[in-house]
Amino acid sequence: MNSPLLLAAAGEVGSDFFKERSSDTLPCQAKPNEVFCFDWARENIDRFGTPTVQHLELVLISLLLGFAVAFALSLLAHRRKWLQPPLLGATGVLYTIPSIAFFFLLLPVTGIGKDTAIIALAAYTLQIIYRNTMLGLDNVPSSAKEAARGMGYTDRQILWRVELPLATPEIIAGLRIAVVSTIAIATLAVFIGGGGLGTQIYGGGNLTFPTSIFIALAIVLLMALLFDLVLLTVQRLTTPWRKARQT
Amino acid sequence: MTGSLPLSSLGGAIEFIFSEQTSNVTGGQKVGGFEQAMELTLNQLEVTVLALALALVVALPLGLYLGHKGKGEFILVGLANGGRAIPELAVIALVAALIGVGLVTVAPALAILGIPPILTNAYVGVRQVDRATVDAARGMGMSELEIIRKVELPLAVPTVMGGIRGATIAIVATATIAPLAGVETLGDFIINASIYGDDGRLAGAILVAVLALTLEGLLALLQRRLTSDGLKVKTA
Repeated sequence: MNSPLLLAAAGEVGSDFFKERSSDTLPCQAKPNEVFCFDWARENIDRFGTPTVQHLELVLISLLLGFAVAFALSLLAHRRKWLQPPLLGATGVLYTIPSIAFFFLLLPVTGIGKDTAIIALAAYTLQIIYRNTMLGLDNVPSSAKEAARGMGYTDRQILWRVELPLATPEIIAGLRIAVVSTIAIATLAVFIGGGGLGTQIYGGGNLTFPTSIFIALAIVLLMALLFDLVLLTVQRLTTPWRKARQT
Repeated sequence: MTGSLPLSSLGGAIEFIFSEQTSNVTGGQKVGGFEQAMELTLNQLEVTVLALALALVVALPLGLYLGHKGKGEFILVGLANGGRAIPELAVIALVAALIGVGLVTVAPALAILGIPPILTNAYVGVRQVDRATVDAARGMGMSELEIIRKVELPLAVPTVMGGIRGATIAIVATATIAPLAGVETLGDFIINASIYGDDGRLAGAILVAVLALTLEGLLALLQRRLTSDGLKVKTA
């Protein structure tokens, strides 16, 4: 099934990958297209350290940036309702443009490197976070707001002490979707020279080989799972009344 | 490239799309131009439509059926969350390395990305339909298949279409890296910078963005067309 061209390409990258090792022969070296080569994995697992850290950096910075902007936009749109349709449309456009295209649309402005990747990834998360935050704020029962007003709360106090706490589950639900998708999409940062785990899938202008791809894939999935669990825990801790209601 | 003005880059990219030019990197080779841009756009559209069709055939009936029966929610939630975590690059790379290159392997690989959103949205859309409405349909003597087709599906159109739109965006975006698995799409301009240069990369990015936004716009129109007027009044 494999085209000769692809085999040749994989062979090339494979040999390049093995060059750094000592000269003893590995059983896998002869067959770089083997599904999973444990010998190579054992010997080379440390080469995934730096890409993993880079990947984390890409995800965390773009998510913080995306959250800050989307949260500010949500509060703005919450106060000025007429802003809601245009903001939904604008973030929708940013969401729809494929990230890899976004990287290269930014190329003339921000150049090659991780900054470009971070901006594009942050732009992608805006719609997800904005939408969920608005949903959360809209779902706050008006009785709760009226009760707060009756207790003498100002608009600002109602927002920070009543509306936002009650909207927390939706806001965190949005963050969970955003973080899991961003971890997956950040692999594409390799195309704009942004580093990350994508470098272990596609390196030096060619696809690497299955063992390396599988390890990168496993790290990406594990990272997504961990972040999801952390956010789920945060959600539980910040909304204790939900648990009380359930039991 | 960082030194050049954004506007002049844009000019170069637009020129690349509309007129063929000599590649200054490989020398002598003619690249770009309207014909090649159109050809790659159509290739990307082809693999996108093919993958979407595959995803629809698998996921839509299953999602509608499970929603009708109210079964499998736990698995579907897991599938939706897990589906988002799958890095497209790894899927394409593994398919190319282990199964083979070309449209026959890439289309199913892209379809995998479309299945979770279509499946879960079809399920949720049907579950959201008022049970009293379904009971009324049953009381009128409709068969289960008729209930799905004439009652649940029409009422679930906005949610179902939301899933299809999500799937389309994911598939068309990933089709951009299909050249890695031997299917020449617009990603060719982006990935093979050594042939097409920076103008080609920006041109590819513009074309991919326009293609994705156009598809999304068309599906939004289709959704409005398919949604029954009764539903529009209720949500307005």
